[in-house]
Amino acid sequence: MVPHVWVPLESPLGPLAPHHLSEIVVGIVLMIIIWAVLAKKVVPAFEEMYHKRLDAIQGGMERAEKAQSDAEAALTEYKAQLAEAREESARIREEAKNQGSQILAEMREQATRESTRIVENARTQIEAERTQVIGQLKTEVGGLATTLAGRIVGESLEDDARARATVDRFLSELESGALHANQEK
Amino acid sequence: MNGLLALLPLEGGGGYEAPSVESFRFPGIGPIEWMNKPFWQAVIAALLVIGLWLWAARGLKVVPSKRQYFAEYLYDFVRNGIARDILGHDYRKYLPYLLALFSFILVNNWFGEFFLFMLPTFSNVGYAYGLALMTLAIYVVAGFRKHGLGYIKKSLIPEGVPWYLYWLIIPLEFLSNFITRPVTLALRLFANMFAGHLVVLVFVVGGSFLLTYEHNLIYNIAGGVSLLFSFAIFGLELFVGGLQAYIFTVLTAQYVSSSIADEH
Repeated sequence: MVPHVWVPLESPLGPLAPHHLSEIVVGIVLMIIIWAVLAKKVVPAFEEMYHKRLDAIQGGMERAEKAQSDAEAALTEYKAQLAEAREESARIREEAKNQGSQILAEMREQATRESTRIVENARTQIEAERTQVIGQLKTEVGGLATTLAGRIVGESLEDDARARATVDRFLSELESGALHANQEK
Repeated sequence: MNGLLALLPLEGGGGYEAPSVESFRFPGIGPIEWMNKPFWQAVIAALLVIGLWLWAARGLKVVPSKRQYFAEYLYDFVRNGIARDILGHDYRKYLPYLLALFSFILVNNWFGEFFLFMLPTFSNVGYAYGLALMTLAIYVVAGFRKHGLGYIKKSLIPEGVPWYLYWLIIPLEFLSNFITRPVTLALRLFANMFAGHLVVLVFVVGGSFLLTYEHNLIYNIAGGVSLLFSFAIFGLELFVGGLQAYIFTVLTAQYVSSSIADEH
């Protein structure tokens, strides 16, 4: 019975000597293959994804910043518009007030003018009517007086030129009657 | 009787084969000898990482879905938590490598706790060496790209060292920058995974052996407890697996950063 026993001094290195030199080569070759695949496929894929992720995060932040600045710009614009609108409304109000008073003044003036004109017209008309009435009265009073005198005197003075002259004289005396009457008294 | 088995507490061994370095040696699956379990695990892990990342990167939206949210969380963990923190504004160029490194190591480490696999790939030191060499190449090339041939001087002579100490400093810096860094990188990952898996094996293999040991109740109870405890170890290993993936990636970023730094 000879049990299988390993001889420790088979090689001066003991277990530190590789069983086959091919192990070293195999180790190196496998490593190179893995390395090549990772370098060509895996690492670029991951790095690209990281790059995209970074881009996405940075892009998102940029977008947010842009949105904020946009909002701020819109707010400023809005405020400016609001101020403008307020100013305009104040201006319009002011204008309306001015216009109103102007219109009022104009109306007043116009009314005054109109009333003046109406009064003037009335006066003219009255004057004209008075003149007319006076004319009529003259003739009528002349006729009446003549008729009356004729009746009183009993003679017709109608066709007589003298009678006409007397009437005229009487009338002109009548016209300045007040002075004449005062002198008579 | 064999010396190794004599150390075991079981009388006559009882057919128990302790988990050992030998537990990490696998025959080839398929015709080619080196196409063994760790090899297929590494290949599956690579396909899984590529597939998951391609799936995660499909149809990315600015507003993430639940799936994308989770993918972004993982992606940002490497992108912001490691690459950008350490490399500053130059991080984009190195991000694919760091992401590949982190996810590949994480998946492979967590294979240690997953059914079907139950083995962290990096408990086979060769794969850890491979990744460490890759990282070495990356930060050396990054240095040359940034500083041209001046990178040699920058990496070997720290600022403010007087000329008469050059004979001492130059070999030390060379050792530290181009030998120790990748070696510690590989060994840290490997040793953590190796030791972790070994602990898991001890608890699981030893536990099930004890549990099924005939005519010894104490052994059986101890085996049950040990199996239960192995779940705690699994939890620890999940954490260690994530931590080691993180450390490997952070240190790679750190080395690149020191290569492309303006002042050295």
